[in-house]
Amino acid sequence: MRNTKVMNRFDLTSRLVKKLKHEEAVIGGIGNTNFDLWAAGHRPQNFYMLGSMGLGFPIALGVALAQPERRVFALEGDGSLLMQLGSLTTIAALSPKNLTMVVMDNGIYQITGAQPTPAAQVADIVAIAAASGLAGSAWAADEEDFERLIDQALAATGPTLIGVRIDDKPGVGTTRRDPVQIRERFMLGLNVRQPL
Amino acid sequence: MTVAQEKTSHQMREEKTPSEKTPSEKTPSEKTWHGIVLDTLKRNDIRIIPYVPDRVLTTLIKSLHADPFFTTFAAAREEEAVGIVSGAWMGGVRGAVLMQTSGFATLANVLASLAIPYQIPLIMIVSERGTLGEFNYGQSLVCRTMRPVLDSLAMEHHTITRLDELEFIVDRSIKQAVTTQAPVALILSPLLTGGKVFDK
Repeated sequence: MRNTKVMNRFDLTSRLVKKLKHEEAVIGGIGNTNFDLWAAGHRPQNFYMLGSMGLGFPIALGVALAQPERRVFALEGDGSLLMQLGSLTTIAALSPKNLTMVVMDNGIYQITGAQPTPAAQVADIVAIAAASGLAGSAWAADEEDFERLIDQALAATGPTLIGVRIDDKPGVGTTRRDPVQIRERFMLGLNVRQPL
Repeated sequence: MTVAQEKTSHQMREEKTPSEKTPSEKTPSEKTWHGIVLDTLKRNDIRIIPYVPDRVLTTLIKSLHADPFFTTFAAAREEEAVGIVSGAWMGGVRGAVLMQTSGFATLANVLASLAIPYQIPLIMIVSERGTLGEFNYGQSLVCRTMRPVLDSLAMEHHTITRLDELEFIVDRSIKQAVTTQAPVALILSPLLTGGKVFDK
């Protein structure tokens, strides 16, 4: 089904962040996904989730609707996405031009003890996304292909989704669990707030 | 004419006459609950309205869709809708989520892990089922979980039963949510909306 290369979450996240030159927003999903976003170097336009498994894409959709001129990226694990598959149809229906979703797919709930997800042996996340109406969905074959897909996404005129197979390594860093500061700094980074 | 008869005929006149008038011709007392909710959302610059539908909310949802001021759309789950308006608010645009009682029952996790700890002024409008003539036992049971969940999180909530209090409660609650950065649930009682009954 998938014959793409098995890559690493932190490496791919770092490659994505290096390409962001225009204050693009990045939403890091629960657990390892935002730990690696944190470890790739904090940016004012990063938002880190400390709960609410599965809401990475919906939160990113809200940011994308509120700020149509800003590119918005969302990083989710495969287990998280399984919690909110319906959100793919909402995003397809609204079709925001500025939203890119990255699904880090290792087929396991790594952070809770590496139990396999129900999808691991049977489902293709990118095919699910395409069938949900997200025509701009693709697996990244390797790191170079991932970077090419990110470049495409940065110029896309509709929502895009990139599936990446990743290994079973845990996150590299640990996000500071300060939700109010995370949210406030994110809003400053999006020019919604001015500092006191 | 007895007092009871006079009241009944007065109510019948009140129910028939407003529907024959255009919105601009209506006096405040003739306004509908859904018209007041829409006007108050607009006056408070609430623009993004994801919803999970409910029979009682149908007229409100239709009029929101018809008004280009609002971005109104269905979400697959209430939790997803909460995520969307949370993101939108952080991006500088206010929103509100419309749902039914049973939908609220799916939200304890997102309230406790996103809206409250991140201090997000989440505005929820909940059409209340499960009471005052409910015909589905499951709805009546899930309704009983709503206020205990709200109270356990010390969340602001109001149950609106009267048309003459509706605008004040909605308007003040939105302003309080935004200025205190705390979520609020506005529960629309069947006493206000008529609710959903078995013969409908």
